[in-house]
Parts: sequence; structure tokens; C-alpha cells
Amino acid sequence: MTPKVLSIIETAYRATLEEQDDTTVWFLHALKGAGSPQTLLLRGNAVNYAVRSQDASGLAFGARKQTQPPRLAEDLSSISRKGVTVLLQKEDVERLGLSRDQLIPEVELVGRTRIATLMDEHDLVWWF
Amino acid sequence: MNRFLLMGSREPTEGESARDLYEIAADLKKQGNEVALFLVQNGVLPARKGARAEALDRLATMGVQLLADDFSLRERGITDRRPAVQAVSIDSVIDRMLEGWKVIWN
Amino acid sequence: MDAPTLTFLMMDPPYESARSTTALRLVDAAIRKGCNVNVFAYEGAVSLSFAKQAPHANTVHGRDAQQEDHPNPKDWIAALIAAAEKGGRKLDWVNCGLCIDERGVAEAVPGVRRGSPADFWKFVESSKNTLVIPTR
Repeated sequence: MTPKVLSIIETAYRATLEEQDDTTVWFLHALKGAGSPQTLLLRGNAVNYAVRSQDASGLAFGARKQTQPPRLAEDLSSISRKGVTVLLQKEDVERLGLSRDQLIPEVELVGRTRIATLMDEHDLVWWF
Repeated sequence: MNRFLLMGSREPTEGESARDLYEIAADLKKQGNEVALFLVQNGVLPARKGARAEALDRLATMGVQLLADDFSLRERGITDRRPAVQAVSIDSVIDRMLEGWKVIWN
Repeated sequence: MDAPTLTFLMMDPPYESARSTTALRLVDAAIRKGCNVNVFAYEGAVSLSFAKQAPHANTVHGRDAQQEDHPNPKDWIAALIAAAEKGGRKLDWVNCGLCIDERGVAEAVPGVRRGSPADFWKFVESSKNTLVIPTR
């Protein structure tokens, strides 16, 4: 039986400039490609990944310019199109002063009290 | 009913997520699951008798099993534990994984 | 009856966090309990098995290299691979290939192999249980 996985990401912008990705979102994207059924919950500061206006372009060290900055909101849209349910914890969205129209449309907001139910509903829970 | 082993590796002042773990343990218990909290690394610091850890005591009264890694306790010189916390070997994590508990690291 | 298999994913590099040692303690416990164990090392954890780690002296404590006997995780991993084999089990340690490349740590101790997230998913599907130990 293929296990259903709930992945929770809280830490935001950890090495995302060096990696040009969030490495956990990237990893889950790759796993989805390998056939894993998934739900992704972003909480804590990671809810900011869903903000449409992020722009990490322009990083340069001497003559070495970064040509592929991370595009975290696009990555979330992409993983959603692949069939991953992407959820944001509502309380953190509010805490960061974000309104719904600032976020990509593919995400669904859920309250913190839903986390235990989500854990119940999935076979494996990976809390990154 | 599911069985959950939540692994608390951080002392609650180390971050919101570490505090949330206790709340999620309570929520899972209220939902009728069997829940154990396995404290490891700095997560064992509240296990010391006299530490300010009312949240941990509340979990115990709700029926959440409180387990603490014996090596982490000894490493931190915690010889006098809160009564509700049981010192166990890390093998107990493997036992529960093999029994099919959902094991979640925090 | 076949031995059960457990899978672990770890992310921390050596010498930066307590998590890398706890992760190895769990692998050790699983082997002692007669399990086959899969490890997928992601991000900094690919350096845990880097063959070029070297011990050193500790002048603050007045110990030479031999006296200090400073652990290198690569030796712990090699010992775990040997322990599994001795018990008729297998520790299948896979390092994420892209993570190896970007960190330049391709040389790993014998018994460790290169792989990808697809390997991790195969591990998950074929294991009794999986524990992810993240980095934060």
C-alpha cells in the first residue's frame, strides 16, 4: 500500500539563495514525480513562500551574478499542479500581516487545530 | 485510533514549534489516539524535577505517556526527574516504529 | 520470517547539531534489534560519510591526536555497516547525489552509495516505517 505523506515545513529561507530553491519543497516535488501521494502544510514563517511578490533577483559577488534566483511561490504553484495539496496555517498568515490576495491562488488556509486531524489522516508525517 | 510517538528534541523556549508540539500532542490525545512524547537531546530539560514545565505535567494528566531518553538525561545531569516522566532507552523508539506507531520528529 | 526494514532520512552535517549523533544512535538501535536499515542522507548529511574526515589533537585539553581519539562520523558509519553485516542484516546508506556534487564530498567510506529522491521513495514504500530527522 502506498503511504500517504503529510509534510510540514516551518523554516523559511534557509539557504534558498545558495540552493536557488527551498530544498525541502524541491525534495517533495521530486518525490511526487516518483509517485508519492502528498499533502504539504506550510506553517511558521514558511507561509511567506506563498507570497506572489517575492523577488530574490540581483544577487552578485564581484562579477559573478546569480542568473536563476529562487522563485518559491512559482515552485509552490508547480507542486500544486502536480497534485500536491498545499496548505498554509491561517494563524501564521495573519501573524505576518498577509491578506489572501497577496498569496498564490493554489493554497488553502487551515487553522492550527486542524494539524492533529491531518496527522491522523496520513500514514506518515514528516515535520521539516 | 492511531498511535503517535512525538519526538521532542528541543526545550520549549527554543522555539514556537517546540511549544506547539505539546499542544499537538494534547490535540491528538483528545482525538482519541494513543500518544507518547519521547523527549531527547535538549527536549529532556523540562523533565528535571523543579523545572518550570506545567505544560508537560498537563499532558501527563491527560494520559500522554512521557518518555525521556536515558542517555540525554544522563548527559545533562538530570538525576531527579518529574514523577510523570519515565527514563527509557532509545531502543523504545525502534520498538514503536516496528509496532507501526506514527513517529514524528520535532 | 524476513527481517523488518526501517528507513531514516537525515539532513544535518557533522559537527553542527546534536541531531546527527541522535540519528546514528537510532540507526545503531535498529541494527541491534535485528532490522535492515535504509538511510537517505540529504543536504549536509552527505558529509557524514565523507572519507577525508580526519581526527585531530586537542591542545586545550593537552591531548595528542591519539589520546584525543576524536570521532569522525565516517568511522561510526563504517562501524554500523560492519555491525549490520555481522548480524546478517544490511545498512543501505544512500547519499543524495546533487547534494554530494554541490558540496564536493563525493568520496565516501565503502558501503555508501550515491542516489536520488527516487531511492528514498523506494525505501519508504518497502519499509515497515520511516522517520525523517530534519535540520532546523
